[in-house]
Amino acid sequence: MSNLVRVTINEERCKGCALCVRACPKKIIELSKTKINAKGYRPAEVTNMEACIGCTACARTCPDVVIHIEKD
Amino acid sequence: MALTLMKGSEAIAEAAIRAGARFFFGYPITPQTEIPEYMAARMPEIGGCFLQAESEVAAINMVYGAAGTGARVVTSSSSPGVSLKQEGISYCAGAQVPCLIINVMRGGPGLGNIQASQGDYFQAVKGGGNGDYHLLTYAPASVQEAIDIMMFAFDKAEQYRIPVLFLADGIIAQMMEPVELPEMVDYKVDPEKKPWACTGWKAGDDPKKRGVINSIYIDTESLTVHNNELQACYKEVVENEQMWEEFNCEGAEYIITAFGTVARIAKSAITQLKEKGINVGLVRPITVWPFPYDAVKKVVDQPSVKAVLDVELNEGQMLQDVKLAVNGTKEVDFFGHCGSLMPSTDEIVNKILSMKEGK
Amino acid sequence: MAVLFEKTKLLTDKQFHYCPGCHHGIIHRLVAEVLDEMNLQGKCIGVAPVGCSVFAYDYFNCDMYEAAHGRAPAVATGIKRAVGNDTMVFTYQGDGDLASIGTAEIVHAAHRGEKIVTIFVNNAIYGMTGGQMAPTTLIGQKASTCPTGRTEEWSGMPIKMSEMLAQIPSSYYIERVAVNNTANIAKAKKAIAKAFRYQMEGKGFCMIEVLSTCPTNWGLSPVEAIDWLENNMIPYYPLGVYRDKEAE
Repeated sequence: MSNLVRVTINEERCKGCALCVRACPKKIIELSKTKINAKGYRPAEVTNMEACIGCTACARTCPDVVIHIEKD
Repeated sequence: MALTLMKGSEAIAEAAIRAGARFFFGYPITPQTEIPEYMAARMPEIGGCFLQAESEVAAINMVYGAAGTGARVVTSSSSPGVSLKQEGISYCAGAQVPCLIINVMRGGPGLGNIQASQGDYFQAVKGGGNGDYHLLTYAPASVQEAIDIMMFAFDKAEQYRIPVLFLADGIIAQMMEPVELPEMVDYKVDPEKKPWACTGWKAGDDPKKRGVINSIYIDTESLTVHNNELQACYKEVVENEQMWEEFNCEGAEYIITAFGTVARIAKSAITQLKEKGINVGLVRPITVWPFPYDAVKKVVDQPSVKAVLDVELNEGQMLQDVKLAVNGTKEVDFFGHCGSLMPSTDEIVNKILSMKEGK
Repeated sequence: MAVLFEKTKLLTDKQFHYCPGCHHGIIHRLVAEVLDEMNLQGKCIGVAPVGCSVFAYDYFNCDMYEAAHGRAPAVATGIKRAVGNDTMVFTYQGDGDLASIGTAEIVHAAHRGEKIVTIFVNNAIYGMTGGQMAPTTLIGQKASTCPTGRTEEWSGMPIKMSEMLAQIPSSYYIERVAVNNTANIAKAKKAIAKAFRYQMEGKGFCMIEVLSTCPTNWGLSPVEAIDWLENNMIPYYPLGVYRDKEAE
């Protein structure tokens, strides 16, 4: 069954603090290895959206409220 | 209307209530404690709020909070207590929160004494708290005048969004005089006239913007814009709000400048001097900020005027403004005491006589 | 399509100026979400402090004041007395603001049983001025004004505000929480909601102390800072309810 959860991270507002990385129980978030945003931070990215269980731990831990989560 | 014999501090408190004050936050300090005591008894009678704060610092911040909702709010204290309030007064000025502060001045510096003084003139008009701001500052010379000014003081505060300071020497607050009290003003906060007031804002429902009562403007540009707005407001106050009294000035040989209670003693001296054939006038600033520079200058510029005598219950504070007004065109002499020793009629008469003799 | 998580409209669109990983952002969100969920927009007024959260008035999407350093409880007192019990009044203060320069104001707001809620963010350091010692700085913790670490002999023991304020007869509800993990974040939100509810019911003074990291001034990464908070702050500042008159 394909996963219907969609995590959207506002990369321009992300400060790369990695608290979401720490909070994610599925270990599917990491700081980008390729991107740097206008603030100079490596934004968080979901590496495997299929594996997301929609627990919202990342969003609830994010100090900058840059994570939005929907489920189909 | 019948005259009532009232103590100054109680008359001032009652006048504030009749002018619409419904909140009083203060702390006891001599010689103004009768004001909070009066408020404590009177406010509950009219559905108002009296709250004794833990300090003058807290009291002025309570004023900032309550006045930011648009209410008419007053606090009172005496010199050392007003020093403590300076932080909050500067915030009120910066955030453009209209409110009323009463200073019943006592002797200083430091703890000083508890007798009457005019030693806080500098603090009132030359600074006080930090930053470029002014307070519309009234210096009444009688209990009746204090009442009369109180009846429009809140209107002025709200018109300019500026804190108003009552600079009363201890005698005004402590003496009893027959007074006529005006009727109670039926004041209600008009939200349209106070769009800045914070009373609980809801997106969509409320036509006005979200309220922010604030004095921080972190970048240089916005702080400059903010200060320019304040200065433009102060300019208007200077143009429109100067008040002073002239007494016996026409053709006077000497001009006395004095404010508050001291001006009344000066008037007695002027009457005595008249009996001796010496014509002396008085200019009494009622607003000490804005100071009536032009009015003083105009009177002093009369060809008949030989010199000016500034009399104060301090070591010569308003003297600096008098000198700025006269601008070197005539000699300005000073007579005064600090330590709350009130200048007597005879002392003022003798001082003028000695000036006349060229001593 | 169901929204599992979205930013509350009780936060403005303004980006937080806080350093990466700073817990202020989480605490702001919790306060704003509770205001939203309790439908308090239009019925609340907040007071921002001096300190890192000096710009909180830019972030909470409701009527806001900015107070002088430490004076927020006095300002909130004035507001509350003017607007009455139908409007929820809260202060948001840091440990330099509340536990140092503003001790008189917070103690007496509690002492009067002032019907306000104080959100007290304790990160054991002065953040905005750049990492000076606070009354809450731990023994041995280094700060720019105790470069070799705080000692009891010189500066006394770190002040425990929740324990202290819980002793005041008129305090109604005092709880210390943390936002170091999702479970504690949920507990923190619950505590904030309870405090706001108490106030809307006309109950007395409530304070929620929230332990927070300050990665920048602690000299740690945001993730390391959470470990430091768990290993050092929570043992000295135990989480829990210190006063709840309703439960008594």
